[in-house]
Amino acid sequence: MCQRDGLSGNRGISGPNAPPTLFIPRHLSFASGMTKRLSIIVVEKDRTRALLIVDGLRDAGDFDVMVIAEETGLARRIAQRNPDLVLIDAGNPSRDVLEELTLATAPMDRPVAMFVDQSDGALTRAAIEAGVSAYVVDGLRADRIKPILDAAIARFHMLQKMRIELAETRRALEERKVIDRAKGILMRARGLSEADAYALLRKTAMDQGRKLAEVAQALVITVDLLK
Amino acid sequence: MTADLRLGYVPLVDAAPLIVADALGFAEEEGLRLSLHAAPSWAGLRDMLALGQVDAAQMLAPIPVAIALGLVRSPVRFEALSLLNLNGNVIGVSQDLARRMRDAGYGFDFSDAASAGRALVAAAPEPLRIGVPFAFSMHVELLRYWLDACGVAPGRYDIRTIPPPLMAEALAAGEIDAFCVGEPWGSVAVDIGAGTLVLPGAAIWAAAPEKVLAARMGWAAAEPDLAGRLLRAVWRAGRWLGQGGNHMMASEVLTAPGRLAVPPDLVERALTGRMVISAQGDERHTPGLIEFFAGAATFPWRSQAAWIGTRLARQHGLDADAAAIAASAVFRSDLHRQHLRAAGADLPGASDKLEGALAAPMAVAAERGQLILNADRFFDAAIFDPRQPIR
Repeated sequence: MCQRDGLSGNRGISGPNAPPTLFIPRHLSFASGMTKRLSIIVVEKDRTRALLIVDGLRDAGDFDVMVIAEETGLARRIAQRNPDLVLIDAGNPSRDVLEELTLATAPMDRPVAMFVDQSDGALTRAAIEAGVSAYVVDGLRADRIKPILDAAIARFHMLQKMRIELAETRRALEERKVIDRAKGILMRARGLSEADAYALLRKTAMDQGRKLAEVAQALVITVDLLK
Repeated sequence: MTADLRLGYVPLVDAAPLIVADALGFAEEEGLRLSLHAAPSWAGLRDMLALGQVDAAQMLAPIPVAIALGLVRSPVRFEALSLLNLNGNVIGVSQDLARRMRDAGYGFDFSDAASAGRALVAAAPEPLRIGVPFAFSMHVELLRYWLDACGVAPGRYDIRTIPPPLMAEALAAGEIDAFCVGEPWGSVAVDIGAGTLVLPGAAIWAAAPEKVLAARMGWAAAEPDLAGRLLRAVWRAGRWLGQGGNHMMASEVLTAPGRLAVPPDLVERALTGRMVISAQGDERHTPGLIEFFAGAATFPWRSQAAWIGTRLARQHGLDADAAAIAASAVFRSDLHRQHLRAAGADLPGASDKLEGALAAPMAVAAERGQLILNADRFFDAAIFDPRQPIR
């Protein structure tokens, strides 16, 4: 069995679609008598996000981690690597591509399962809340998966928080730009100082029970329409 | 008393009955407050439903069947309470392949699957690489059925999964030669100049069960009141969608912010069946390109499930008889009857039929009087008898 595994691994390396880096056939680490180092693939296009996830996994244990950023030929790229576990953002439409891997077509293929299928509910729920999906080969013990999932969940939570913060920063920046434009309009049209223009905007917003940015936006749109 | 229900969908034209039930008050009439959750992928939607993040969901018809057969793993089984629509997929080819087919004299009639198959096979590279949205889908089943019947051996084509929003890009990049995808993604590929449409799915099977309204097994039995209200609201939305005068408004509703992120005229093509098939603007008219209502379109025939089960069994080396039986149990024609009788729906007298037997619409016995069923012909005129699934 090991022999055939090794042969197919070697064929993969020398074939025309060979990955650029060499990897060690899986059975060699078995032969050493130690627990095999788990191989993990992280599917993530954004380099910063990918690095953050990989760092988290490295802190959690000694794993062989690889990132795939390219969406084209995803199923082929993953099949070539034959990983024990694949992690992907639950919001990534390419998840459906990974479902192909759960179909073991050839006798040598290792069946892959969606993680939700085979483990405890609490961990599954935590993964879903954090927005991470995991695909795991059959027969991998839950206690070996758990530290990986825990690390991934922590990092995805962090990423979620960063994403929300970034969106808020962007919105605040947009609002400031609109308020600046509205101030400028008032200063020119009514000969006000910057402080008075701002005070007028703020008073109008308070009188109407609306947000300052909304009043500024309305003014900017109106002036654009009248141009 | 008003009740809250969470529904999951994938942003496609055939999510229309759910979106319309919510937006145009059909749910409200039944005392339902719906919250609609768009899913980024079918795997994501399956998990949302399996883990109870939504109560019911739009689903590719083969997914509940594949779960019942053990081919797709899920912690919970699903059942189909209703069909959402018949048909709605289109097959398209790359500009390069379209050019070769045209050069060989093919006229792109967008209706005859046999001649389209011959033209494709003659011009196609080997293996022909075809993109589909999901491994267990009517897209895959229709493609396999079509290519098998055209005498193309399975080794000569390669079906691979590509998320629909990336399909046009994959075609333009030469990663695939052809695709089968649900609208509006075929029209998107045409409009950005990446592909030419060859056939509607309906040209392969005139009444193919495309999407179902799925729930976790046992949910509808445990919540008969909620299930009934949901089924009736969605059925009335389908009836509204089936009325020709509503197509323009429907396409506006479907492309409202937060729903389908495409221009309304792209959605209107599928609803009216007036498709633009090429970047040159060639138009073809296909009545029933997508069908939400006519001919008891929402009725989940057990024989439709048996057809899907038998095809999956053949593909994955399972026993066909056992698969047909297990599949049939997933399409809950009994619950559909129970809940829609009160709404005055025309319900067929039987729950099984010979699939493919009707070359034209035909009146059949209904629970009350008669009912006109849609033509359901396969392009090769084969007939599927659910009592003898192997042929």
